[in-house]
Amino acid sequence: MHASKRAERRAARPINRDSFIDEWFEPGLIISGSPRDPEPSIRIAGGRVVELDGVPEDRFDLLDRFIARHAIDVSMAEAAMALEPATIARMLVDIHVPRSELVRLVSGLTPAKIVRVVDCLNPVEMMMALQKMRARRTPANQAHVTNRREHPALLAADAAEAVERGFAELETTVGVSRYAPLNAIAVLVGSGTGRGAALTQCAVEESLGLKLALRGLTTYAETLSVYGTEQAFRDGDDSPWSKAFLASAYASRGVKVRFTSGSGSEALMGHSEGKSMLYLETRCLMAVKGAGAQGVQNGSISCIALPESLPGGVRGVMAENLIAAMLDLELASGNDAMASHSEIRKTAKLMLQFLPGTDFIFSGYSVMPREDNLFGGGNFDGEDLDDYNVLQRDMLVDGGLRPVSEERVLAVRWRAAQAIQAVFDELGLPPIRDEEVEAAVYAHSSADLPERDVPADLEAATAFLERGGDAVDVIRALARRGFTDIAQNILAVEKLRISGDFLQTSAVVLPGGRVRSAVNDPNDYRGPTTGYQLAEERRAEIARIPQAVDPRTVGAATVGEGPLLIECGPARAGERTDEIVIALGPAFGSALRETLLGLPHRDVLEALIEGVRQEGLRPRIVKIYSTSDCGFIGHQGAQLSGSGIAIGIQSKGTTVIHRCDLQPLDNLELFPQAPNLTLDSYRVIGRNAAKYAKGEPVLPVPVQIDNMARLKYIVKTTLLHRRETEQVVPGRPAEEVRLA
Amino acid sequence: MPEYPLSEKMPDQLRTPSGLPFSAVTLEAVVAGTVTMADLRVTAEALEMQAQVAEQAGRPQLAENLRRAAELVAVPDEEILAIYNALRPGRAGRDKLLALASELETRYRAFRCAALIREAAES
Repeated sequence: MHASKRAERRAARPINRDSFIDEWFEPGLIISGSPRDPEPSIRIAGGRVVELDGVPEDRFDLLDRFIARHAIDVSMAEAAMALEPATIARMLVDIHVPRSELVRLVSGLTPAKIVRVVDCLNPVEMMMALQKMRARRTPANQAHVTNRREHPALLAADAAEAVERGFAELETTVGVSRYAPLNAIAVLVGSGTGRGAALTQCAVEESLGLKLALRGLTTYAETLSVYGTEQAFRDGDDSPWSKAFLASAYASRGVKVRFTSGSGSEALMGHSEGKSMLYLETRCLMAVKGAGAQGVQNGSISCIALPESLPGGVRGVMAENLIAAMLDLELASGNDAMASHSEIRKTAKLMLQFLPGTDFIFSGYSVMPREDNLFGGGNFDGEDLDDYNVLQRDMLVDGGLRPVSEERVLAVRWRAAQAIQAVFDELGLPPIRDEEVEAAVYAHSSADLPERDVPADLEAATAFLERGGDAVDVIRALARRGFTDIAQNILAVEKLRISGDFLQTSAVVLPGGRVRSAVNDPNDYRGPTTGYQLAEERRAEIARIPQAVDPRTVGAATVGEGPLLIECGPARAGERTDEIVIALGPAFGSALRETLLGLPHRDVLEALIEGVRQEGLRPRIVKIYSTSDCGFIGHQGAQLSGSGIAIGIQSKGTTVIHRCDLQPLDNLELFPQAPNLTLDSYRVIGRNAAKYAKGEPVLPVPVQIDNMARLKYIVKTTLLHRRETEQVVPGRPAEEVRLA
Repeated sequence: MPEYPLSEKMPDQLRTPSGLPFSAVTLEAVVAGTVTMADLRVTAEALEMQAQVAEQAGRPQLAENLRRAAELVAVPDEEILAIYNALRPGRAGRDKLLALASELETRYRAFRCAALIREAAES
């Protein structure tokens, strides 16, 4: 087939680098409603579940057994299961039904039934439901902090910047697992810098992860993966019971834990049993709940491109987020892996979590450039931070981040990089040189950093763990080297372990060692004006992006400039038929001195004069005071012109060629897009005006079309026009002027 | 009934595992070496209070997890890792798991953890 050029252009768009497939349920490539998904059912006998979604107790697999035993409230089950899915779905979006009532109801539902309920909702309804059902009232965000070189100074600087930008949790990982203790230390030091309050984790193999947490080098763990089929669980080298035990083990040391699940993993591992992704994910979530974990990260996580290849994939991912919230779990809602090649598609997907808000909108926003993200890159990364802050500002939605000035960013990066340098020195770890510190502060990515002695780092990391190094060693090192602020901040978070306060659902730590969780900040959304509301202070913070300028300063005339024009009394009606009036707006050459594009008024005026003269006619300049409208300026000029032809020009550069017998808003030629006018264009405008006066045929002035002109200049246009309008003196006649 | 957050509402009732009061955990004490990593740990008592907070908030499974955690406070790291590994697929047979459960019960009075391990053994 011969493709059109348009089709070729579309084919080259990023969206067409994404993979799209048709549904195929046998290998589990279906979001919801596989023919192999069971019908919802439950039977209770003797106070326990003896049939779950069509499976009798004697045929339960491991997950069925665990869910039946731990995740279903048998006292609620029969009443809840008797309700129609649509009834429960309507309760989810009904502001008159409180969250707590739904949580109780959902605790009596089976996995298949929960899927039926969310399948009744469209994405907007799911957003409404999520807004109500997320556990913590105040939304937050988590950052990924990693780099390819595993450079400690860069990790510390990035961690500090992440905290400054408002991230409540920092997740690092390793390329080489032996780096783990050093990476954990670097992120810990960064987390205590500046505002200094964040929980930190290092995603590594379970037993190493537990070891780091026991040493206080991390304060939470997240990568406790669960799967929706027995075989996938086995391949993940765990069972629901081992995960439940691990959750308790972490809690016994005061370490926060969230599990990980997400649709697509079972299909990817070849163990979907032909069941739909959403059904299997719901089984995961009920296993998480049954294990007593306070929360989960889901939203497909690293598998995201798999559900996104299928119809309803993005909707399904949001549905699994919602189900986690319905089960009263803390929800870190994914967005932590690249969802698409298309920026449009990535952003559209994000809105489903961003607008309703979740406990952690990203379970890993890559705070550094994608190339340094050892998790593979987030849906958004460091280069998108300004975009993200603008999205918050546009919608006045709290996405968990704070716009920060570059000055402040550099300050915390310096502090953190110097602090980790001191800690390495104190702890006898391989030295971090001054040039590494400086490179870490200003780097784009780890490619900008000097090489480190990798074998020495790895050896030191292992030795640190072997000699029992821990967070207290880090705190002492900081204090001894004068980084008392950072030492205090880290201690404030570590001290909270004694209380276990951040083990409650959806906990984050705030500056000053305070805890905010679903217990002391429960989501109480009950419709408009309830639930989370942007406080005035937070609204101002979100609004104050560094790129925003004070509109009062735009277009102000430079002080000390000499006058451009000399006024010579009221303008009379001209009698010479060879004159062309150039009528200037009231701020031209006075309150304003240049056009929208920055062309000096003197140059513009001289170009117009030159153009008129090139055709052998005489320019005559007048200044209009009674109006700032371009058409009326030109029209007034034409009334004064002996030839009947005038050029009207506003201070921002918008120009018209007018004739005395035309209506004010009619014209011979109009050049409404001042940004596209060059001095050459003004010269041609002068010539054309003269040609009209001579009665010669005129080729209209060619003007470039710039689709972006309005977008780029509308703010400045508004402000310059406001200044021009301020100069209007109603009723004042036009003034004769000449160039000074 | 415990008041949450314990660290803000009832710090006087918090102790570190070695018996230091919560307020004694200061940077000065850390630098002086009187506070060590062993102090920056939750106690079984605090976990029980957190379990009550979770229960009150309508989260029975989380409360149960926190009570299992309270039982594990006294269990050394290495033993915890060993039990976890035994619970992973194909590591330990039924009898081994049942023996581990009994041991947890007799040595640490960890009845809830033992019950969880027995359940795993029978599954």
